[in-house]
Amino acid sequence: MTTPRTLFEKIWDAHLVAPESAAAPALLYVDLQLLHEVTSPQAFDELRARGLKVRRPDRVVATLDHSTPTLPPAADGRRPYATAEAEAQVAALERNAREFGIELHGWGSPHRGIVHVIGPELGVTQPGMTIVCGDSHTSTHGAFGALAFGIGTTEVGHVLATQCLLQRKPKTLAIHVDGELGPGVGAKDLILHVIGRIGVNGGTGSVIEYRGGAIEALSMEERMTVCNMSIEAGARAGLIAPDDTTFAWLKGRERAPQGAAWEAAVERWRGLRSDEGAQYDAEIHVDANAIQPSITYGTHPGMVVELAARVPAAADAQERRALDYMQLEPGQALAGTPVDLVFVGSCTNSRLPDLREAASLLRGRRIAPGLRMLVVPGSEQVKLDAEREGLHEVFRAAGAEWREPGCSMCLGMNGDIGKPGQLIVSTSNRNFEGRQGPGVRTVLASPLVAAATALAGCIADPRGYLTSEAA
Amino acid sequence: MRPLTTIHSRTAVLPFENIDTDRIVPARFLTTTQRRGLGRALFHDWRYREDGSENPDFALNQPAAQGAEILVAGRNFGCGSSREHAPWALADYGIRAVLSSEIADIFRSNALKNGVLAVVLAEGEHRYLLDHPGVELAIDVAAGTIELPDGGRFTFELDAFARHCLIEGVDQLGFLLKHADAIAAFERACEAA
Repeated sequence: MTTPRTLFEKIWDAHLVAPESAAAPALLYVDLQLLHEVTSPQAFDELRARGLKVRRPDRVVATLDHSTPTLPPAADGRRPYATAEAEAQVAALERNAREFGIELHGWGSPHRGIVHVIGPELGVTQPGMTIVCGDSHTSTHGAFGALAFGIGTTEVGHVLATQCLLQRKPKTLAIHVDGELGPGVGAKDLILHVIGRIGVNGGTGSVIEYRGGAIEALSMEERMTVCNMSIEAGARAGLIAPDDTTFAWLKGRERAPQGAAWEAAVERWRGLRSDEGAQYDAEIHVDANAIQPSITYGTHPGMVVELAARVPAAADAQERRALDYMQLEPGQALAGTPVDLVFVGSCTNSRLPDLREAASLLRGRRIAPGLRMLVVPGSEQVKLDAEREGLHEVFRAAGAEWREPGCSMCLGMNGDIGKPGQLIVSTSNRNFEGRQGPGVRTVLASPLVAAATALAGCIADPRGYLTSEAA
Repeated sequence: MRPLTTIHSRTAVLPFENIDTDRIVPARFLTTTQRRGLGRALFHDWRYREDGSENPDFALNQPAAQGAEILVAGRNFGCGSSREHAPWALADYGIRAVLSSEIADIFRSNALKNGVLAVVLAEGEHRYLLDHPGVELAIDVAAGTIELPDGGRFTFELDAFARHCLIEGVDQLGFLLKHADAIAAFERACEAA
């Protein structure tokens, strides 16, 4: 009898070109590398310097997302880049893609967008694959049962040249989420709750597998939100076993297998589950029924509380410093705190259902006077789909700005930032000091909480706005 | 990569926990297409005030920290983004070792590939270094030891391959390229399956 294996172990074992030893890490084969403009130029320079080619250009997909403006081009066609250097960085990827024969979804492509939105959308992200990108939120693709993780630029070069990585085998952590999420409570609340519980280093050295009834009940977009933030708990990757929800979502996508090949692929993918009796290095249990709308109140994603809660007392000097930065006092109610800006977007929450959720609250209402709201779709496809449903009109009528796709204010590389001292409620993934601009204070929340906050002008519980239909 | 065998330096201490890579290099400096020159961006929004002048309160700006090649940082250093610009900036600034009680996975991997020793110490030893900024240390990468001026000695674990690469200055891409035949055989086997 073979030893029961976890989903992670099955994918790991299937990609070993050479196993690890005490003296050397494993050689892990990479099925798909995703590229964007920020973490790839130095890797291409390295290839050029050594006279190397890209080993498998057919296993590389590139896009433009981080440095790209979210305002449309001017009348003369020029795009409003934040700096000449940002424009040069985009031009570098365009040049590199041409020179090395890589598929680039750049300006004008109907598939341009945030790298972690377009991979699944195109169907290049598939169960059982190993996927890497020079971007920590590559963990997103684990929602499809792919082993997907972020790497540095030196490793981007390794994969371009050899399609392999040198890796030590990580540990495994199972997070069982049973029960049901309540009305107005979503995947973002779930993952914030988990990070609050295990901490920003709770997953360090591990691949997390999310399991249980509450995970199986999630849509693919919700699963992506959960896996996306695995890195915020320090984990290498997040994984969810593929099931009928996964297959239904992928079927018919441009780059998914078609016809008989599709049937064969699904048959194979059904085996991508942890075996009965498989051992994890650690396991924790979470009750979905106990999860409430949750937000962050500090300067890392582990400083999370229920939206209705008061700011907890600082446990140590580190937390006191964080509260000082956030201009919050222990004991203060978070709901009702005035907010300057609301951002709906990022690889965590910029897909069509996220935009629908936010729009469901904004429809027929106006955002609070003096508050600014940015809605940034995750991809050209999401933008098109949203506009077909008229969501852009809902946002505009409510007083929000409807922008071009990209990473935008999640990290503000393209100049979409707040002003020092401003408080932003953001559907993104990191509330680090200065992440959304020097001195800017960030509160992470779900699209529903973001929309409710935009309407109220202060941190607000979406359940007060939900109609029985929307709930 | 230049071999890294020993480091003799005073320490500079940043006692904060969870120093993320956005702190190490803010995102607006990531539009560079070069590896060099990021030293100016290192800890930028801590090092400089809004008017661009140096913040004299920041640990690395204090006279005692000038020239320090060893950074002692609070737990979970390097969390967040995978940007390799973080170790590039540290190396460009002159930091050759980062010591903490926990270091985020991607940062550690990136640092070790750029000749920056990133290692974890036992809690008590880490505490001692946090409490004694400016102490002179002698790090021996091959032996995995840190000598203190009073004759005390700390030890650290380092993956055998990472250690070999650091002390020999091994080019990991060169190492991978030597496996071209095995990679081709793996690809053929997958296509046949």
